[in-house]
Amino acid sequence: MVMKLHEYQAKDIFAEAGIPVPESRLASSVEEVMEAVEEIGYPAAIKAQVHVGGRGKAGGIKIAMDEDEARQAAEDILGMDLKGYTVDRVLVEAGVDFENELYVGITMDRSEGKPVAMVSTEGGVNIEEVAEENPDAIAREHIDPAFGLHPYQARKVVFEAGIPRDVAFDVASFLTTLYDLYESNDASDIEINPVMITSDRDIVAADAVMNIDDDALFRHDDLAAMEEDAYENDLEAKAGEYGFDYVRLSGNVGIIGNGAGLVMTTLDLVDYFGGEPANFLDIGGGAKAERVANALDMVFSDENVDSVVFNIFGGITRGDEVAKGINEALESFDEIPKPVVVRLAGTNAEEGMEILNTDLVQVEGTLEDAVQRAVKNAQEVSQ
Amino acid sequence: MSIFVDDDTRVVVQGITGGEGKFHTRQMVEYGTNVVAGTSPGKGGQDVDGIPVYDTVEEAVDEEDANASVVFVPPAFAGDAIFEALDTDLDLVVAITEGVPTQDMAKVNKRLSETDTRLIGPNCPGIITPGESKLGILPGNIFEEGNVGLVSRSGTLTYQVVSNLTERGIGQTTAIGIGGDPIIGTSFVDALEAFENDPDTHAVVMCGEIGGEDEEQAAKFIAENMDTPVAGFIAGRTAPPGKRMGHAGAIVSGSGTGTAESKISALNDAGVPVGDTPNEVADHIEDFL
Repeated sequence: MVMKLHEYQAKDIFAEAGIPVPESRLASSVEEVMEAVEEIGYPAAIKAQVHVGGRGKAGGIKIAMDEDEARQAAEDILGMDLKGYTVDRVLVEAGVDFENELYVGITMDRSEGKPVAMVSTEGGVNIEEVAEENPDAIAREHIDPAFGLHPYQARKVVFEAGIPRDVAFDVASFLTTLYDLYESNDASDIEINPVMITSDRDIVAADAVMNIDDDALFRHDDLAAMEEDAYENDLEAKAGEYGFDYVRLSGNVGIIGNGAGLVMTTLDLVDYFGGEPANFLDIGGGAKAERVANALDMVFSDENVDSVVFNIFGGITRGDEVAKGINEALESFDEIPKPVVVRLAGTNAEEGMEILNTDLVQVEGTLEDAVQRAVKNAQEVSQ
Repeated sequence: MSIFVDDDTRVVVQGITGGEGKFHTRQMVEYGTNVVAGTSPGKGGQDVDGIPVYDTVEEAVDEEDANASVVFVPPAFAGDAIFEALDTDLDLVVAITEGVPTQDMAKVNKRLSETDTRLIGPNCPGIITPGESKLGILPGNIFEEGNVGLVSRSGTLTYQVVSNLTERGIGQTTAIGIGGDPIIGTSFVDALEAFENDPDTHAVVMCGEIGGEDEEQAAKFIAENMDTPVAGFIAGRTAPPGKRMGHAGAIVSGSGTGTAESKISALNDAGVPVGDTPNEVADHIEDFL
């Protein structure tokens, strides 16, 4: 999983490393936007700070040429809903007078097990479309993680991309700095689209995407402090508190299981047997009773859920702990909110079956039977 | 016969004095694994259930002739632990640890390419040759000796499919969980190649999931290089794009790569039947035998 930085946070990191970024101010009210544009001047870009791709197309970025336009843009963008996220802050940024727009990115190529640097002269547009329609327009260079990006490699990829020769060395050194940031911050990817070449032939990072490998946050207190909870809905926020891997979907069959592959399989079977999964919820390995109870609380909190299937194949997770957790969670209700089907297999499954209060749940012996019953329950409840 | 581990595997457990390390060492010994040593820096000279503990892997190799390690070291130190194991020229390193930083694994991957050591994982349940040896956290009691090889990116899904096989009296030569991280040591192709070369493996189950291109590469390998029949399963058919489904590697990217459809059709094109349910995979295997 990755921790996403906001554009303004990534630009602070860039600026500190000597990468030129446009002058900017962060603003959270219309008044603050007006103060910022007064200092920065026109044209100014007003940019929503939310973790959403394609902000421009969705109306989250506007260019203001004067005071009226700035006020209008601030009013439009602040508070707007951008693909499920409410915009509470904007970056007010000086417009850049540019001649060329480039794309520069560094990411992990998992099939090679190495980072890869990417450079293209076709910046400012959707790079995934460029990659699909005209892959040759993006030059790539793999990086040996033991040595980092050699200066010759940076030059090579820049020349290959066809960057104008008068700025080629500058772009190469820009790329080298970017890789240093990638490595020293344990980034999973850095993307600047566009990098602008100004009429004075200077280089400016006009946008900034930087995501951090959250498995590495333990050694980056400064970055961890920048983490801002941003969830698409209250349920995902709750899952964050409980520490579950959780994804909400649109169906009505709640799903709880252990291990990503098996939970995905349970979702797939719900779909296969004619139901619709409401969520992905992995309680992880070795879950104790309390965690199991939290998982049930989590799924019952989703108003879409009409039935629940609990599928556990214990390796390090023990069936008796799971059964205890299910009992605890369900015994606290006067009436069970939705029917729960339980299937326990693997480590201590027999002990678990003895403990499990079968007045409160329906028990099935196989994965297929459990899923089919849960789908049937959901159909009956929703009628 | 079997692949990668057998009766002769002599195991050192890295991180043997930690909670997980100690618990699973006992489970492994109970299963019959030959655990000859453990390491825990600073605790050399102690023992765990009579198994000698050393400060370094090198000592464990010199003193006890260990030829494989299992890594239970916490994520912050796991990259270092794998480097230590690689520098002693072990035959096999099995990394169970979940949450190893990706850039650490990129460096490990580079070093690995310079050695003859096989790495399985990280973020994996390990490997088992039923009746002989188990390195990792797989529940030994669901496995049975037999002629089917199994390779999977997921732990608990492995258990599900194995139990579907064992219930029908179909045993296994070796089962390997290769792990759900973006950068791993042993790939599907590595495991499939070893199963193809094992005369006792008469059929292979391959359990993949969404994300990456490993399953597509495996399909290509099967079509070009394998005579042993393979049946497949792909988890994540219902996963929406852009949402990570638990495993760091299990994500369908915004541009539509890594989808279940792409993997299933690649496997089908390679002549590999893909089950709609784990039980259907067992049906296909039964047909092969």
